[in-house]
Amino acid sequence: MSVLVFADSSEGKFKKSAFEVVSYGKKVAEQLGSKVVTLSINGGDASELYAYGAEKVIEVKEDSLSTFNAKAYASIIQQTADAQNSNVVIIDSSIDGLFVAPMVAVALEAGYASNVVALPSSTEPFTVKRKAFSNKAFSNTVISTDKKVIGLAKNSFGAHENSVSGSTESFSATLPELGVSSTSVERASGKVTIADADIVVSAGRGLKGPENWGMIEELAEVLGAATACSKPVSDLGWRPHGEHVGQTGKPVASNLYIAIGISGAIQHLAGINASKVKVVINTDADAPFFKAADYGIVGDAFEVVPQLVEKLKAFKQS
Amino acid sequence: MKILVCISHVPDTTSKINFTDNDTKFDTNGVQFVINPYDEFSLTRAMWFKEKQGATVTVVNVGNATTEPTLRKALAIGADDAIRVNAEATDGLFVAKQLAEIVKNGGFDLVLAGRESIDYNGGMVPGMLASLLDFNFVNGCVGMEVEGTNASLSREIDGGEESLSTSLPLVVAGQKGIVEEKDLRIPNMRGIMMARKKPLNVVEPVGVDAATSTQSFEKPAPKGAVKLVDNVDDLINLLHTEAKVI
Ligand SMILES: Cc1cc2nc3c(=O)[nH]c(=O)nc-3n(C[C@H](O)[C@H](O)[C@H](O)COP(=O)(O)OP(=O)(O)OC[C@H]3O[C@@H](n4cnc5c(N)ncnc54)[C@H](O)[C@@H]3O)c2cc1C
Repeated sequence: MSVLVFADSSEGKFKKSAFEVVSYGKKVAEQLGSKVVTLSINGGDASELYAYGAEKVIEVKEDSLSTFNAKAYASIIQQTADAQNSNVVIIDSSIDGLFVAPMVAVALEAGYASNVVALPSSTEPFTVKRKAFSNKAFSNTVISTDKKVIGLAKNSFGAHENSVSGSTESFSATLPELGVSSTSVERASGKVTIADADIVVSAGRGLKGPENWGMIEELAEVLGAATACSKPVSDLGWRPHGEHVGQTGKPVASNLYIAIGISGAIQHLAGINASKVKVVINTDADAPFFKAADYGIVGDAFEVVPQLVEKLKAFKQS
Repeated sequence: MKILVCISHVPDTTSKINFTDNDTKFDTNGVQFVINPYDEFSLTRAMWFKEKQGATVTVVNVGNATTEPTLRKALAIGADDAIRVNAEATDGLFVAKQLAEIVKNGGFDLVLAGRESIDYNGGMVPGMLASLLDFNFVNGCVGMEVEGTNASLSREIDGGEESLSTSLPLVVAGQKGIVEEKDLRIPNMRGIMMARKKPLNVVEPVGVDAATSTQSFEKPAPKGAVKLVDNVDDLINLLHTEAKVI
């Protein structure tokens, strides 16, 4: 028996989430008294995974998969799980992870729990805690099938260094017919994406207009953060749709979320509740966001943000 | 084209979330239920295909009788008929297997669903359904066209968008972008009157075991009060020394 972890990568480099799922998989394997096996498809240098406890890495190199294909990835994960006699498969909850995991579950006839936020509270019955009701609650979910698929929520466990002397094996899986083919990929380059960011700087209708976003971008740049916005801001066309966070937009699970001129409507909070530390800057002391925040400044964004940029620049240099 | 749209019946986005029976059941008291917002985007796209390219649109829900008003609303928006699989929907794989039966028996070649439901947030049913049927599948779809049996779609990826091509039969899990929010439809009086006469067929579930179950629900620990500061120096200091995030 083994625990199989899928370490996702992009353009030949492991994603940050890969180190988190490996760290988590290692602990689950310990709980079950079994081994952890890590699968990498066109991934980076396996020794980066050893640093997080991946003692055995299975490498699949497949030129025809230069871009992600869910069906092919699901099939490779399933074939690896069969070959490694894995009864638990762990996948991250990124956009691609959520695409592939349900297909893996069917291929393995496994029960699947997505958005899991903690180690299993029990292995018999196998019980995991997962997010539900748009972050307003958790469900303690029992997976009752022999094989299990866990989708780990981002930043819920963290990456924990745990260096082992690992080994790497290559594996050539049989590819299915792809069914869906990628014709082009458009990515904003050189910007931190919301999914990868440790810090997200987000602004709302309180900014009055798109011309005022310069200071938000500057703040994001000082912090190495991604920029985001509330829904009306993207609906009004002030910012691109990809930046809209919330229940109907993107989920954010960053370490720090700074909300500027955002009221904190329940639908917005639903998408950002999973962030660890929340800072609110708002002129209205009664804005609902202050109830959800850890730190706040009641003040005008047009005064506070430029000061924050200056002081942070000085802080970063000291 | 025969389109099936999967409709999840979920608490309205502003609902207070509470549990009963020792935190094992969702408390529906005073909760307004709606068509899952992601499914609504997909339903609207299906209506577009019906009106512009010619298609029949069936909506389906796995749920008990309390979900029927939600299906009637989908009919009022313009779906031709509705199916309710008479079973409690608590596990993704169970639901996907019920839907797979409906697709096989109904000969649907396009299945539209939502990226996730806002109650269990599983995001698992569409992908499972596609795999069970061996249909092509696109998740998180933000744009789609169908010509004959060819489909071109786009999906959201980290930091951008990917364009894809595939063919029917196909399962698509949509989100905002598959149609714009301003194009979502509110049922009008005529639609509501007509919906009353449209068929809503109830079928019994096929016998499959659930793969997962909820043992209990819990709410996040109550948050401490916000720390208000009146200058940015204090804020930077707290973020550095106390929260340790910068
Ligand atoms: C089904 C549904 C789904 C939804 N999904 C989402 C979602 O995913 N994401 C989302 O964000 N919303 C969503 N909404 C909308 C949500 O209900 C709110 O309307 C929205 O979040 C409000 O955005 P806002 O805070 O930017 O704007 P406003 O509500 O206009 O608030 C602006 C805030 O800025 C403050 N302000 C004004 N001037 C200044 C200044 N100079 N300095 C500092 N602060 C200032 C104000 O005090 C106010 O609190 C959804 C709504 C529905 C019905």
